[in-house]
Amino acid sequence: MLEHYLSLAVKAIFVENMALAFFLGMCSFLAVSKKVETALGLGAAVTFVLTVTAPLNNLIYNYLLKEGALTWLNPAWSGVDLSFVRFLAFIGSIAASVQIVEMTLDRYAPKLYSALGVFLPLIAVNCAILGGSLFMVERDYTFGESAVYGFGSGFGFLLAIVALAAIREKMVYSDVPPALRGLGITFLVTGLMAIAFMAFAGIQL
Amino acid sequence: MRQDSNAYIIGFATAVCLVCSIVVSTSAVALRERQDRNKVLDRQTQVLVVAGLLEEGQNVSPEDVESLFDEHIQIRVINLETGGYEDSIESSTYDQRKATKDPSASRAAPANNAGLTRLPDNALVYQRVEDDAVQSLILPIEGKGLWSTLYGFIALAPDTTTIQGITFYEHGETPGLGGEVDNPTWKALWVGRQAYDSDWAPAIEVIKGAAGPVAEDPYRVDGLSGSTLTARGVTNLVQFWLGENGFDPYLERLRAEGSGS
Amino acid sequence: MNAKQKSALLDPLFNDNPIAAQVLGICSALAVTTKLETSVVMSIAVIAVMSLSNLTISIIRNLIPSSIRIIVQLTVIASLVIVTDQVLQAFFFDISKQLSVFVGLIITNCIVMGRAEAYAMQNPPVDSLLDGLGNGLGYSLILIVVGFFRELIGSGKLFGVQVLPLVTDGGWYQPNGLFVLAPGAFFIIGILIWLLRTWKPELQED
Repeated sequence: MLEHYLSLAVKAIFVENMALAFFLGMCSFLAVSKKVETALGLGAAVTFVLTVTAPLNNLIYNYLLKEGALTWLNPAWSGVDLSFVRFLAFIGSIAASVQIVEMTLDRYAPKLYSALGVFLPLIAVNCAILGGSLFMVERDYTFGESAVYGFGSGFGFLLAIVALAAIREKMVYSDVPPALRGLGITFLVTGLMAIAFMAFAGIQL
Repeated sequence: MRQDSNAYIIGFATAVCLVCSIVVSTSAVALRERQDRNKVLDRQTQVLVVAGLLEEGQNVSPEDVESLFDEHIQIRVINLETGGYEDSIESSTYDQRKATKDPSASRAAPANNAGLTRLPDNALVYQRVEDDAVQSLILPIEGKGLWSTLYGFIALAPDTTTIQGITFYEHGETPGLGGEVDNPTWKALWVGRQAYDSDWAPAIEVIKGAAGPVAEDPYRVDGLSGSTLTARGVTNLVQFWLGENGFDPYLERLRAEGSGS
Repeated sequence: MNAKQKSALLDPLFNDNPIAAQVLGICSALAVTTKLETSVVMSIAVIAVMSLSNLTISIIRNLIPSSIRIIVQLTVIASLVIVTDQVLQAFFFDISKQLSVFVGLIITNCIVMGRAEAYAMQNPPVDSLLDGLGNGLGYSLILIVVGFFRELIGSGKLFGVQVLPLVTDGGWYQPNGLFVLAPGAFFIIGILIWLLRTWKPELQED
């Protein structure tokens, strides 16, 4: 069982990297990758929120939305299929948990809050977070699997954004053609990073 | 009422939720029937393609698909363990994928290479029947490739070993590499090869590189260049479903009946 | 159509393209640009959601209490996306299967939210509709160009039709598999931005 979780985590971190293989969370990936420090903050916040919301949405989906999911409330509702409102339900639960996380941190861990604080509101509309929940449904993960998957894909995002930020910090000293500066060269670098990450594709545990 | 009063905010939020939920549920309810029909049609088309009754990508009206399917294809539910028919289960509504997830209709899969964790108690088989004689057996297969679970069908001749076709209707393999399992040229390579060796053990495999012509190299199929792992997955899943935990009991029963008559 | 409406519609195509100039909203859609067909359908979905969300939000803009405006915008957008997804499943089943979760991700697409917040909250309905349409088109332009090159170079096809005969089928073209994989999309976008900014130097960053 442990092996299974480990292999799922490795797959989520390296092989199916949110940013580099699925282009998810690109907006913040490009916008907040100028400095390693801020990139680390955003990455940590994404990891945290994904680890919370993927299993949470797994419960919501399995006990409220899926076809036949309401049977535990009333056997007569076994035919009810609410899976079409999952987009709304997920985005709602993500926004709510971001809010709760923000308030909890503010109250009990002010240091962490001041480090992550600015990024938390941004995260509610980060595609990587919603993407994590949607992939979880698509792939039929169990509760445990979705927690591992959430953490793994968040950590993969952290790894990618910190690496990109480190490259960009060094790139300040390079002579990039004017039209390519900023966004253009960042895309090319990201492409090269994506090739590097593809080397993990063969890993099977 | 002032716009920043709590009552207004709550009222407004409720109104937005109401309107949105009406719009969303109307569309979902109104389109439900069409979507369900699409799903059935999609599966029927795949079965017809692997049975050789339809060309891939051929543009056919939904009515034609339905009538072709009704005319030529018979759906039966079998018990995977015993291999016998389970006629008490309504075959047209039995959903094998749903049953696989339902603990009361499935069991944990024995250790296997195909990445399967659960097996349904009952499976669907499609038979192409012409003039009251079964011409092909179309068996659903599934298993893990490199990234994703592949779902497909394999069609066998009534001798239960000559392959008539294979198709995967759902997978998430790398386009251009593992995704080439969709390539018609590659799928055509399967036709005529033997699923079982002379001792009735599953023998068909996808190799690395090129296999010989059907007559000389009946148990091997060309590999997909650049996707060893997808190819290995295909071998594993095909062999699993041909094996004793898959359709072998059923096929054995058919062979016994065939030699008896 | 007055000058303001015209610029709302046309500026996002080249001068102020949401992807190339504003770095917005590339997330949800790049993954489906491996083929031209899926890119086109995704583009239509994004255009529909954007123009309708801009229109709706602009109509109710004076009623929305500012404290809950973000969640109201999200709700409107999410509902529109659900409707779009349902329509795709009903009428374009094959393609909706290929788009899988990426239709749902339009919700978190930054341009949809971005335009609702930045434009539709301040402008009348017709202008907002045109702004949504314009930004949707600008976005689609990039998606379709990326889809065109990825499918052509990556598999020698356009709209699923073989344009360049492949070596495996007895032709001369050896497809470049890199372009159907993720890195190909990054390279194409990077090069597109390079070209656009060489053509319009005022967009350059320093």
